[in-house]
Amino acid sequence: MKKKRVLAFVLAAAMAGGLVTGCGGSGNSDGGSSSGSGSTGKVYYLNFKPEQADQWVELAGQYTEETGVQVDVQTAASGTYESQLKSEMAKDEAPTLFQVNGPVGLATWKDYCYDLSDSAVYKDVSSDDYVLKDGDQVLGVAYVIETYGLIYNKALLNDYFDASWSTVKSIDDLNNFDALKTVAEEIQAHKDDLGVEGAFTSAGMDSSSDWRFKTHLANLPIYYEYKDRGITSTDAIEGTYLDNYKQIWDLYINNATCEPSMISSKTGDDASSEFALGEAVFYQNGTWAYNDIKDNEVADEDLGMLPIYIGAEGEEEQGLCTGSENYWCVNKNASEEDIQATLDFMQWVVESDAGRDMLANEMGFVTPFTTFSDYLPSNPLVLANEEYSEAGKTPVSWNFTTMPSENWKNNLGSALLEYAQGTGDWDGVVTAFVDGWATEYAAANE
Amino acid sequence: MQKAIKKYFPIFVLPTMIAFAIGFLAPFILGIYLSFCDFTTVTDAEFIGIGNYLKILGDAEFIHSLWYTALFTVVTVILINVLAFAVALLLTKGIRGTNVFRTVFFMPNLIGGIVLGYVWQLLLNGVLARFERTLTYSEWFGFWGLVILMLWQQVGYMMIIYISGIQNIPGELIEAAKIDGARPSQILRHVTIPMVMPSITICTFLTLTNGFKLFDQNLALTNGAPSRMSELLALNIYNTFYGRAGWEGVGQAKAVVFFIIVGVIALLQNRLTTSKEVQQ
Repeated sequence: MKKKRVLAFVLAAAMAGGLVTGCGGSGNSDGGSSSGSGSTGKVYYLNFKPEQADQWVELAGQYTEETGVQVDVQTAASGTYESQLKSEMAKDEAPTLFQVNGPVGLATWKDYCYDLSDSAVYKDVSSDDYVLKDGDQVLGVAYVIETYGLIYNKALLNDYFDASWSTVKSIDDLNNFDALKTVAEEIQAHKDDLGVEGAFTSAGMDSSSDWRFKTHLANLPIYYEYKDRGITSTDAIEGTYLDNYKQIWDLYINNATCEPSMISSKTGDDASSEFALGEAVFYQNGTWAYNDIKDNEVADEDLGMLPIYIGAEGEEEQGLCTGSENYWCVNKNASEEDIQATLDFMQWVVESDAGRDMLANEMGFVTPFTTFSDYLPSNPLVLANEEYSEAGKTPVSWNFTTMPSENWKNNLGSALLEYAQGTGDWDGVVTAFVDGWATEYAAANE
Repeated sequence: MQKAIKKYFPIFVLPTMIAFAIGFLAPFILGIYLSFCDFTTVTDAEFIGIGNYLKILGDAEFIHSLWYTALFTVVTVILINVLAFAVALLLTKGIRGTNVFRTVFFMPNLIGGIVLGYVWQLLLNGVLARFERTLTYSEWFGFWGLVILMLWQQVGYMMIIYISGIQNIPGELIEAAKIDGARPSQILRHVTIPMVMPSITICTFLTLTNGFKLFDQNLALTNGAPSRMSELLALNIYNTFYGRAGWEGVGQAKAVVFFIIVGVIALLQNRLTTSKEVQQ
């Protein structure tokens, strides 16, 4: 009898316990959302750029302080933006402000994009080159223009120019692939004299970092092919400049701080620290890398950026690679108030003093907005780009936004890696590049 | 008391049933439905029939990861069980420090898969660096790396199960065998192994399903590199779902196929090993 009572009590307690925790859980989340969603709406920004994650949170805090509107900022870890966006968009509290990386990214998400043609942000954009359109609708607005090339250490390179064994004697002569090859190979041969580990930083092909080569470096052969054919996108690439792609890739992996067989475990962070500590002279990356390099061994005035020369005809006039793969999109499935709150927030970011100061000075962005004429960033890598534009060099556009799919990039990256470590041959890269383009394009547009 | 429980059991079971339905049944059914759909996020699915399943057939990477996973499972099931059983035998002989050894062997099981993956990645890459190789140099480096990792993690856990099985063997059986003049190897073969058959059932079931479902360790250790060649099934499904725009439904269909494969194999294995169990 007593046993029975105890048993009944335990069972009842277990059940009640379940109920209590169940209520508690849901009660908490209710409380959270009701305090947030007032009549004013709120903003949830899913940020793509981990380099500026903290600054966005700070900026959101300032906006909330000023206006009382809640702004949540989440940043996806490097290489996981698409998967995070996919799961976040399925939630009730979906991001109101998200990013796509260009026309191909837009194709996936265009059913979710709000038409921005009447928005203040769109009116502030200096040219339609910086927006993504679908018919008359403006679905994405770029908020940062970036530049990449070969970041180099001026102090080390000057040591090289002054050395008795160097062939190239001035930065002005370093304006084509042959010169770059000579410089790189001579530095590599005399690396102990210069006190470096290698000419180039390790070409990290860890899957979190291989975008430097499978995407950014691959842009150059695509750029020259598009230029020759007079097109801006294609369903079938011919690969006419793949031999050039091969020679720059060979140069990178054979004159680096580590053996080619080791690059599969190297990351972009490794490369960045090698450069920042003065262990390598050249580092292929872009303006966004400045935050990671600054305040280390390399002084700001020693930072320069060279165009990536691949040995194409007329490349002496080639500039740096400039473009954007960061487009703001507003989620049209969000509530009316949230959309309005998001548009207001975007306007505040590009028009208020606080927002402009943060973007230009803290994040180091060059923006396509007309409101930023008084806010030019102090980032030395951005200044390097201006020098090239002023010298009349032709900037290389970002054509990698037309690459058919993420899968194409991944396959190309794998083929590059296998070629580098000797487990595959260059034909594998050609196949991934040319045949892969056609099949992936067909798969994405069926 | 029996009557009371019979009368009220639906009420007592209710909270668990609700949790089970929300946390398992609903997503499972939704998942099967989604495998017949085309969608970007799971809330905007559009029914398209069996197209997703047809795409699986032409996916060479899926086929590759299927046999790669099967091979991995076979190797780990054999190695983990043999080693765990051997360690369990050793640690039931009453040698000094048995409890310390048991604890030490069991400890790795308490560490999460992602952490283990990264720790072993550093360790193995550190060793391989001497030969100017890395773990992602070829799929077989990754394969054996994963095997080592899994052994380290799971042998201790299976060992605990085997130890309890061995300790449950009645002493008189062994004694009788000894009196009848059985050699130690004969005792092992004809007394110990048949008597721990229930433990073997459990351990092979666990290692088999763990092998097939392995995800965290694979993600952290190699992430499928090089060329997605060291990608086990679960990671392949994940990458299809999240890595390719427009292939979400295919990923979902793969998950359903995956469920069926694991389910069938687990049932077969269970029937096979259970039939070998003896009544005490």
